[in-house]
Amino acid sequence: MSNKSGPSRRKFLTTGLVAGIAATGARAGAGDPAITNVQPWAQVLGKGVDERGYGMPSPHEAHVLRKSVPWLTAVDTSSINFTPLHQLDGIITPNGLAFERHHSGVAEINPSEYRLMINGLVDRPMVFTLQDLMRFPRHNKVYFLECTANSGMEWRGPQLNGVQFTHGMIHNVMYTGVMLKDILAEAGIKTEGKWLLAEGADAAGLTRSIPMEKVLDDCMIAFKMNGEALRAEQGYPVRLVVPGWEGNMWIKWLRRLEIGDQPWHHREETARYTDLLPSGNARRFTWVMDAKSVITEPSPQAPILHGKGPTVITGIAWSGQGIIPRVDVTIDGGVSWHKARVDGPSLDKSTHRFYFEFDWDGKPLLLQSRAHDTTGYVQPTKDALRKIRGEVSNYHNNGIQTWSVDSDGVVENVEIS
Amino acid sequence: MSKFLNATLIITLLAVPVFAGGIGRLATPDEVIAWDIDIRPDGLGLPEGSGTVADGETIFDAQCAVCHGDFGEGVDRWPALAGGFDTLTSDRPLKTVGSFWPYLSTVWDYINRAMPFGNAQSLSADEVYALTAYIMYLNEIVDDEDFELSKANFRDLPLGNEANFYPDDRPLTEYPLFTEACMIDCKSSVEISKYASGKDVTPE
Ligand code: HEC
Repeated sequence: MSNKSGPSRRKFLTTGLVAGIAATGARAGAGDPAITNVQPWAQVLGKGVDERGYGMPSPHEAHVLRKSVPWLTAVDTSSINFTPLHQLDGIITPNGLAFERHHSGVAEINPSEYRLMINGLVDRPMVFTLQDLMRFPRHNKVYFLECTANSGMEWRGPQLNGVQFTHGMIHNVMYTGVMLKDILAEAGIKTEGKWLLAEGADAAGLTRSIPMEKVLDDCMIAFKMNGEALRAEQGYPVRLVVPGWEGNMWIKWLRRLEIGDQPWHHREETARYTDLLPSGNARRFTWVMDAKSVITEPSPQAPILHGKGPTVITGIAWSGQGIIPRVDVTIDGGVSWHKARVDGPSLDKSTHRFYFEFDWDGKPLLLQSRAHDTTGYVQPTKDALRKIRGEVSNYHNNGIQTWSVDSDGVVENVEIS
Repeated sequence: MSKFLNATLIITLLAVPVFAGGIGRLATPDEVIAWDIDIRPDGLGLPEGSGTVADGETIFDAQCAVCHGDFGEGVDRWPALAGGFDTLTSDRPLKTVGSFWPYLSTVWDYINRAMPFGNAQSLSADEVYALTAYIMYLNEIVDDEDFELSKANFRDLPLGNEANFYPDDRPLTEYPLFTEACMIDCKSSVEISKYASGKDVTPE
């Protein structure tokens, strides 16, 4: 317990002990049946080794699922679902829980028929198979991928009562892949080549223009996530990785890279993923995801059930500009703030896990978190963003989230003065 | 076994040029033509072809109107393709080809690669020209049913909203404002101003 307002370790242990005995109503000579009874799993044999060739979570975790908001879209093949942030900890998103966004459903590609083409302003237009791609030097990087529309439904005010739905268009996994610049070097980029068009092989044929500076800096072509092949819904067999930049650019089912001297101004960078401002003008090429954080627990889907006493607040913070050197947490709606404890790896353009432990007196709370990044940027309030952007710009809502906790531990999505 | 290997080798050699340099092989011109379907605002990539508003209406009614509506107004939650004029500064902007899109090439490119939804890349170049012409007509960019869009006249027909787009300016207009982090006595009182409850929009 590093923060001043936190309880001492001794106090934490004593209260824990008292609560434990009280909860089970233990008398002398009696005890918790979870201990005093012999449980079936302690007596009979469990399943053998090959029962599950691919291991699945315990059946008791069957409620931990991605979920969609059906009224958002006309059809589930051009839609989105959300990562259950309130049920996860650490920084890595399990592959099966990483949110999905498709524009024409999930392409199911046979890897033996997978091809990647490079054409345009290159010395040699080229084709690579999956085996070819594996022959380039491999790199491992943990990056967050956030959809630019994450928290987009909240521009006009609090709407969705759950961190999964307000902030769940994000995942954070370790990619194994090869550097885009290494592959492009095989084709030879002509000097006029200033932009790259990346194109997907799915029925949406999704395309985005990416400036060459970014392409040659840290973009990757990934074929593994968290050590195993990409999931079909994440672009199997190959996706583009564009660290710190909006998720829509991370083309899944990547089939083609074209080099050009100008951007293409395709649908996903004109009609969509541009930010309409109150003036009627629109910003375009708003690629970077600004610093953002959110408390994942407690949150509306994860109320405080244990009553007053030692309480853990946790959440995630991230920035498209680098690492997160600091996260602040308030429990009184921003009258006073405390530095949270960042625990686990602090990696470039990856989510960071933070904790704040305190002794809850059972009175209502107003919880917020505030991320700082290495550029000196401090996560703004939603109202500060609205002052500049109005309420209809849809994308890039990285404003501070408020959760109101009542004396029963029930949590609600609110905004405060 | 060796017969199989030989046969594979011969097929591979016949079909594709090798690249002596390193990893991968050269793409054939036909392969590039098959996949390089993108169109740019300057018309780069447009194939030969043409289509009229009237042709486009016939195709649209048969293949598009079920989702996008007879007049491009959008059925239920399917996207609208027309209208929304003068709504960009309102609190319910309707962003369509006519009210918001900066480039006509984007319409051609998108229809050609992604529509009709669920049967992508099934339209001929002439059909895509005709549909693009019809969407222009629905947005009052052209008013003659005999108007014909083609590779030749494509670049003379800009959409209206291009000048209203500008590059990301957050580093100038936002980042300098967002650097303060008050830690104590930051405000004298706090009121809850807005609630999500009662909206009843959150799934179970
Ligand atoms: C089954 C319903 C359906 C049919 C039929 C259909 N579309 Fe679409 N259309 C969609 C959906 C869904 C989207 C949005 C896809 C996305 O963003 O993921 C869309 C998007 C579009 C857009 C872009 C709209 C915008 O604001 O970004 C255009 C243009 C378009 N369709 C044209 C056509 C044309 C032309 C046809 C007929 C050849 C057609 N569509 C047939 C469902 C349909």
